[in-house]
Amino acid sequence: MSRKEIKFLTPTTLVLLLLLGIGGAVGIYRLQNGLGSVTNLNNLWPWGLWISLDVLGGVAMAAGGFIIAGTVYVLNWKKYKPIVRPAILNAFFGYLVAAASIFFDIGQPFRVWHPIVMWQVHSVMFVVAIHVVLYSSTLALESSPMVFEKLGMGGAYRFVNRIMVPIVIFGVLLSVLHQSSLGAVFLILPTKLSPLWHNGLLPYHFLVSAVVMGLSMVSFEAVLSRRAFGHETDMGIMSGLARGSQIALGLYLLMKLWSLITGPGLGAAFAGDFAGNMYLLEMALGVLLPLALFSMAGFRSNLRGIFAANIVVIVGILLNRLNVGIFGLAGYASSLGADYFPSFGEFALTGAMVAFAVLGFKLSAMYLNLYPKAEH
Amino acid sequence: MSLNRREFLKTAAAGSGGLLLGLQARPAAAAPVHLPPEAVGILYDATLCIGCKSCMVNCKKYNTAAPGALALEGRTTPPYETGAAGVWDEPRDLSSKTLSIIKVYKSGTAVNKDAVENGYSFVKQHCLHCASPSCVSVCPVGALRKDPVNGVVFYDDSRCIGCRYCQLACPFRIPTYEYESASPKVRKCQLCRHRIAEGKYAACCEFCPTGASIYGRVEDLKAEAARRLALQPGTEYRFPIQTASATNFSTRAAANYQKHVYGLNEAGGTQYLLLAGVPFALLGLDPNLGDKPLPDLTWGYIAKIPAVMVGVLGAGALTWSVTRRRNAEKEG
Repeated sequence: MSRKEIKFLTPTTLVLLLLLGIGGAVGIYRLQNGLGSVTNLNNLWPWGLWISLDVLGGVAMAAGGFIIAGTVYVLNWKKYKPIVRPAILNAFFGYLVAAASIFFDIGQPFRVWHPIVMWQVHSVMFVVAIHVVLYSSTLALESSPMVFEKLGMGGAYRFVNRIMVPIVIFGVLLSVLHQSSLGAVFLILPTKLSPLWHNGLLPYHFLVSAVVMGLSMVSFEAVLSRRAFGHETDMGIMSGLARGSQIALGLYLLMKLWSLITGPGLGAAFAGDFAGNMYLLEMALGVLLPLALFSMAGFRSNLRGIFAANIVVIVGILLNRLNVGIFGLAGYASSLGADYFPSFGEFALTGAMVAFAVLGFKLSAMYLNLYPKAEH
Repeated sequence: MSLNRREFLKTAAAGSGGLLLGLQARPAAAAPVHLPPEAVGILYDATLCIGCKSCMVNCKKYNTAAPGALALEGRTTPPYETGAAGVWDEPRDLSSKTLSIIKVYKSGTAVNKDAVENGYSFVKQHCLHCASPSCVSVCPVGALRKDPVNGVVFYDDSRCIGCRYCQLACPFRIPTYEYESASPKVRKCQLCRHRIAEGKYAACCEFCPTGASIYGRVEDLKAEAARRLALQPGTEYRFPIQTASATNFSTRAAANYQKHVYGLNEAGGTQYLLLAGVPFALLGLDPNLGDKPLPDLTWGYIAKIPAVMVGVLGAGALTWSVTRRRNAEKEG
């Protein structure tokens, strides 16, 4: 495997640094002047882009970490070992983005530590908060071998590797719980969230769609790494990920159809109203199209095709998070005369979060041994 | 090996499918929601309300000084939406400065009080102090809590992190937030809880001239509401003023009520009860809430978490030891 020497100051990196700078300035302004100065959030639209995209989307994207780590360390499918480090790192940055977005979104950012000591166990938000703390720590531990290796800390490296299996199992538990609890957050809104999304299985929809998205993110990243760093991932791994995507998509489709038919009915999706159309778009991009593609013979060994399908899945599942967090609530809010569209500041901070994750990953690829030589 | 993997995946898919169906977060059969023993509340009778807004003015006046619900460091006069102190601010909606608001339903020529056609009716919107409050249930740090004795849903700002889940969850859209502030608080009616120690009660009721808003024990308010609904429209009735156990009354003809007390059962029941002559949906009160407390929907999920923990940790450990042994056998 050859690897191009990775240059830091590329045009893309400059754009990312610019995004980081603008978003950072917006963030500081927000801390000094309050949410209203930077966002279009209001009493009838308390949550917007930052929660729906940065937090919900960021956490869904990070699911690849627990899936691959679980596959390698618990299922013992060593075939996927070469992608375990980038997958865990991807998850770590996903969580840092989600945590940072929460920090900027809450009204009192410097009280973000309160849920750790002030417990209210009936609140799903409390469950989410504790899990973010615990899982970020778990991811840090899972990522630490790369760092210890680089720093030459052999003792620490060996110790962490010895306890890696229990850590990974704990990470799988935490991931299952908080991916689903983010969906559970919306259970208490039966009169506000459109029945196209609100149903008793919503937490499990979030969990399965996170698996779908996680697999696509890992695969997507593998292809990007090939372009950016010249690192080739074994085609067997890519096909395996595609196969996993196909199975997860199939299960997700069944769940969505079940909830639709036993809930508002198939006709609700085709009602032609805003919510119905967004639902169809989400299903088309996030489920039907990629499922059809991944099910075609030969498609799962076509790298270009896999890359395209991954993008469609990622957009589709992010759209699902936007639907649950924003568009699915729009009907109710509009009926009260309420209005919301993200402000420039909201887009800017989101852009900075994306830039942070991408740059962070790039720096890690440059300075850590992300792709160790295969052991035999 | 590949055959084993296929079988494993099939079993896993079938198993998780069955598990997911079984885990559907259906609310448990609704347990009756008991109000605290000394639960107090407000009965608002829209047919008595003339829209004078004395309640709004006095709500602001008596909540401004700490520890009132509108208290803020440096605030010495009641907060108005715009303009200087002393200016009547005509808010359009609840806000971080307006905890209680009179709104009006109007149709056509709007000459008939408490009628739907060519009619009008007032409604007083503020926190309903639910028996099983969604806001209390969703607050991750317990900043919103329900008083165990009088049932008032109150706010402890020292805990609040500003996640605004309470705003999202409240089925009545009550909690407001100080988006304009860099150190924001949640604002909502707290039933003048700070006045109870002085032997006083909700300012809106104390200063309501017609008896549209009366304060009292919820049991007494429910009895009063039931008496009014049993009246024939036009019958003379002595309406208590200020409190349910009043000494002042207003004698007048009973209106044609909607045969329903809003808040009696909605979302598990509330301590702020309403009567009206027009359908409550026209007054902005959601008719589709049902009787079940909304927090039950969430608890249906949270209660399963311990089982999931045991299941995943156990299954994880088992899977690891089985697959490791199988790998070792294969290589050995």
